[in-house]
Amino acid sequence: MATYKLKTPISEEQIRKLKVNDVLYVTGTVVTARDQAHRRALEYFKEGKPLPLNLEGLVVFHCGPVVAKQGEKWIAVAAGPTTSTRMDIFEDEFIKNFKIRVVIGKGGMGKKTTDAMQKYGAVYGAFTGGAAVLAARAIKNVRGVEWFDLGVPEAMWIFEVEEFGPLVVAIDSHGNNLFADVQKTVEESKQKIYQKLGIS
Amino acid sequence: MEAEKNVEDVAFNILKQAVIYLPDDVKQALKKAYSEETSETGKTQLKAILDNIELAEKYQAPVCQDTGTIIFYIKAGAKVKNLDKIESAVINATKRATKEVPLRPNAVDPFTGKNSGDNTGRYLPVLNWEMVSGDSLEMTVMTKGGGSENVCIGGMIVPGEGIKGVKKFVIDAVIKAGAQPCPPTILGVAMGGGADVSMKLAKKTLLKPLTEHNPDPEIAKLEKEIFEAANMTGIGPMGLGGKTTVLGVHVDYAYRHPASFPVAVSFNCWASRRATARINANGSVEYLTHKLKQ
Repeated sequence: MATYKLKTPISEEQIRKLKVNDVLYVTGTVVTARDQAHRRALEYFKEGKPLPLNLEGLVVFHCGPVVAKQGEKWIAVAAGPTTSTRMDIFEDEFIKNFKIRVVIGKGGMGKKTTDAMQKYGAVYGAFTGGAAVLAARAIKNVRGVEWFDLGVPEAMWIFEVEEFGPLVVAIDSHGNNLFADVQKTVEESKQKIYQKLGIS
Repeated sequence: MEAEKNVEDVAFNILKQAVIYLPDDVKQALKKAYSEETSETGKTQLKAILDNIELAEKYQAPVCQDTGTIIFYIKAGAKVKNLDKIESAVINATKRATKEVPLRPNAVDPFTGKNSGDNTGRYLPVLNWEMVSGDSLEMTVMTKGGGSENVCIGGMIVPGEGIKGVKKFVIDAVIKAGAQPCPPTILGVAMGGGADVSMKLAKKTLLKPLTEHNPDPEIAKLEKEIFEAANMTGIGPMGLGGKTTVLGVHVDYAYRHPASFPVAVSFNCWASRRATARINANGSVEYLTHKLKQ
């Protein structure tokens, strides 16, 4: 369980060093994307349209923040992760096409994403669900917002962060998935629990 | 007019209190879980949760960015005047809180996908009415996150399976939910009544403090059994493994049709947000869960 501090843009070589259960803090550019932004980004790619910014080496955050506007400036008030499984249908293509290196979310992701992370070199950093103010304190600047027509939660927010974390590396670039391991242990405990509850 | 403004202000205040300050019973349960958790990763998660709760209070920011679906439970004394004005006052309070606290706009038209931007829309905020005797108005607000709502489940077991069937239904739901509802969670379990009644009761029972167990010893025993079983799963804080999967279990029930045995499980994330206030006939207000913190 080592601790790593990485700055964006992050290289494939840096990401390959990380193993599940390591703790990671990131500094630099973090871009939010939920269901709608993932869908639109992939549509843009298909049509050969450029994204509002180049995501290579950056961090994608599954997050719909609470924001406030002070004058012309956006402030992130609360910005914890959302459930990542909803983005499982998009993430492998997203990693492949845009070369992002870190995905931040909660609840873990599936086999397809795990495979893409292994193949292209990316990790999944689990941030504590609901720890929204802790996250917001690490966001030093809201650089901008794109695709605002999708609504506040679904828009693409561009954050400058400092030591954003702790992120538990729950999927590494070597095919390991901590959530899948836990799920296996849980399934194994099922019979013991049934027995205790007197369910045959 | 003045009374309506009072209802709006009180609804605004409890909504603000709920999203920023977690109830003491939940904080205590999380602290206890942190001291007892044996998984190293699990402990990092509980530490982040406790740090976050403190920061939310310090900066008066919502404890979680998902400020939820806004659900009011209103106990209206039959002698309260202007009952027909309460709904609009509560809607105004919701709009104001969205702008001023602020809250995340979480009301989306299912057809167009458009977000109304102010947390209101057809049937939102949710209003649950209960008519009681007297002349005071008691309002409770729960703000319920999407992650924990997505794994709520209602179903019908075979009546012959009885309580054993209920236990299996609940534990299977906990295992299936895994990391998704932001564990450690609080479980609301209800049976009977019908598909809708059990769902409603399961959610409503989440309003009870964790320190309060069912007064019926048989049901209290069932609550304890489910609690212990859920914590044997190893799902742990945020589903990263550990011994703390649920903080508490509340069970409620209604009588059922002989041929039907509805069971419902409502999950609440660790950020279990609720606040209550009472408005008396003379207009005075008592904040019942959050003292005078506003």
